[in-house]
Amino acid sequence: MKKFSPVIKGIPNLQGAKKHVIRLSEKTIEKTVEANSFFSEVASVFLFISCTIKESFSRDFEFREFLRQCFQIGYKSLPLISVTGIIMGLVLTIQSRPALVNFGAVSLLPGMVTISLIREMGPVITALICAGKIGSGMGAELGSMKVTEQIDAMEVSSTNPIRFLVVTRVLAATLMIPILVLYADGLGILGSWAGANIKGDVTFILFFSQAFGHVQFLDFFPAFIKTFFFGAVIGLVGCYKGYTAGRGTESVGIAANSAVVLSSLLVIIVDLIAVQITDML
Amino acid sequence: MNDNQTAPITPAKTKSEKQVIEINELRKGFGPQEVLKNVSLQLFNGENLVVLGKSGSGKSVLIKCIVSLLKPEHGTINVLGENVSELTSDGLGEMRKKIGFLFQSGALYDSMTVKQNLEFPLRRIKKDLTQQEIDEKVIEVLENVGLADALNKMPSQLSGGMRKRISLARTIVVDPMIMLYDEPTTGLDPVTSDEISSLINDVQKKYKTSSIIITHDIECARTTANRVIMLHDGEVYQEGELEKFEKSTDPLIKSFFK
Repeated sequence: MKKFSPVIKGIPNLQGAKKHVIRLSEKTIEKTVEANSFFSEVASVFLFISCTIKESFSRDFEFREFLRQCFQIGYKSLPLISVTGIIMGLVLTIQSRPALVNFGAVSLLPGMVTISLIREMGPVITALICAGKIGSGMGAELGSMKVTEQIDAMEVSSTNPIRFLVVTRVLAATLMIPILVLYADGLGILGSWAGANIKGDVTFILFFSQAFGHVQFLDFFPAFIKTFFFGAVIGLVGCYKGYTAGRGTESVGIAANSAVVLSSLLVIIVDLIAVQITDML
Repeated sequence: MNDNQTAPITPAKTKSEKQVIEINELRKGFGPQEVLKNVSLQLFNGENLVVLGKSGSGKSVLIKCIVSLLKPEHGTINVLGENVSELTSDGLGEMRKKIGFLFQSGALYDSMTVKQNLEFPLRRIKKDLTQQEIDEKVIEVLENVGLADALNKMPSQLSGGMRKRISLARTIVVDPMIMLYDEPTTGLDPVTSDEISSLINDVQKKYKTSSIIITHDIECARTTANRVIMLHDGEVYQEGELEKFEKSTDPLIKSFFK
């Protein structure tokens, strides 16, 4: 008598079917764990942001630490932002000039460069530079504080670490980055004037009157508002990555690195959203 | 207090029957690993309780549960008559003001000077103090730990022993009722270890604190202990006076008290 053997397409025999089911179960568990860790990470981010917002309105605001962070983020970034701003204006002008010369529209150069600096290049380049400098600094500092139990020590001495470390840094970044952007825009226009004088001859007053003659309120205002969001994103990501760093020294590097990568990416995404909203105005 | 460091060290025998910490059936694990399985202990008023055990036996986890840095999975912790797990965040803050915690690494704030490190808890816990009173208090505790000249130094300029002393000063500056020491002598040379051990006794005498001292340093235990508890595999293995441990024939205890 012929022995019955269940043969299903793809599952040749009972023994194979058992292995197949086990493999399938393992993969299911693996995917469930991945999904769980993703959702718990998302929940942890929202919890962190809500704690930060709640503590921002606390009566015991750490004003001295906030001022110290404003100094660290704002004043200590000035040399880097100065160089970046001047080079940004200079390069934009040098690159754009030949194209405008072909159309006999060199007089539009100051206005074109100024608008592109104010609307896009100034805010985004400054925010990306700050994401690198400030985001990594926050990630590494808070990460190493976590590793060396300084955050625990703060908590044990009845101080809320979110209020002292996170709120002050996020608010300082939110306030200082718009100021740095304005500063970079100003230096970028100066750099542009210098660039215009490499191959041409244009006076300072003429250049600036041509530059600002084309700038309207809607060129400046939405671009300025989005810089507050850039600052908040850089501060939040830097602090979150540092605050949730693991216990080993390796995690400090990972926190700093991922703070830079994620905050740079989010700056670009926020910029995309801001451009879409501005476009509707 | 510096004079006491050279004097023979004897632990203060000030134990009274009043419990300041009571832990019942405490359980804590990390994932599949169960670190504390069923720990019950009491800390009495004014005593130095030394918790001995191998690395990884759950000693540090135990005192982190007491100050709620870690949340236990089961069991109760009563500190000064209050159940820690039932406290609100404000209540927890108030409870922590009465507890000093000396971290294994010292945990000094790297971005602050020694003076700022000491002022940090003082400004937040004793808000009614004037700047002059804060300055006086800072100098007083620094003199108590023998490092008055380190006032304006950064933590990076201090040696391991100095960091531990400054960390101890930062802990006692707010006059805590309970002290929790997490391996206070780990990583220090024998001379500095003895100095830290004698400082622990001095703090107990001067500030009338009740202390839990987590250590695997037997010399530190001999110097400071009024009572000893040994943890093994996440459970209380043995409890009693130091003499009981010294005379024990149990191989595990003997391996500690060689």
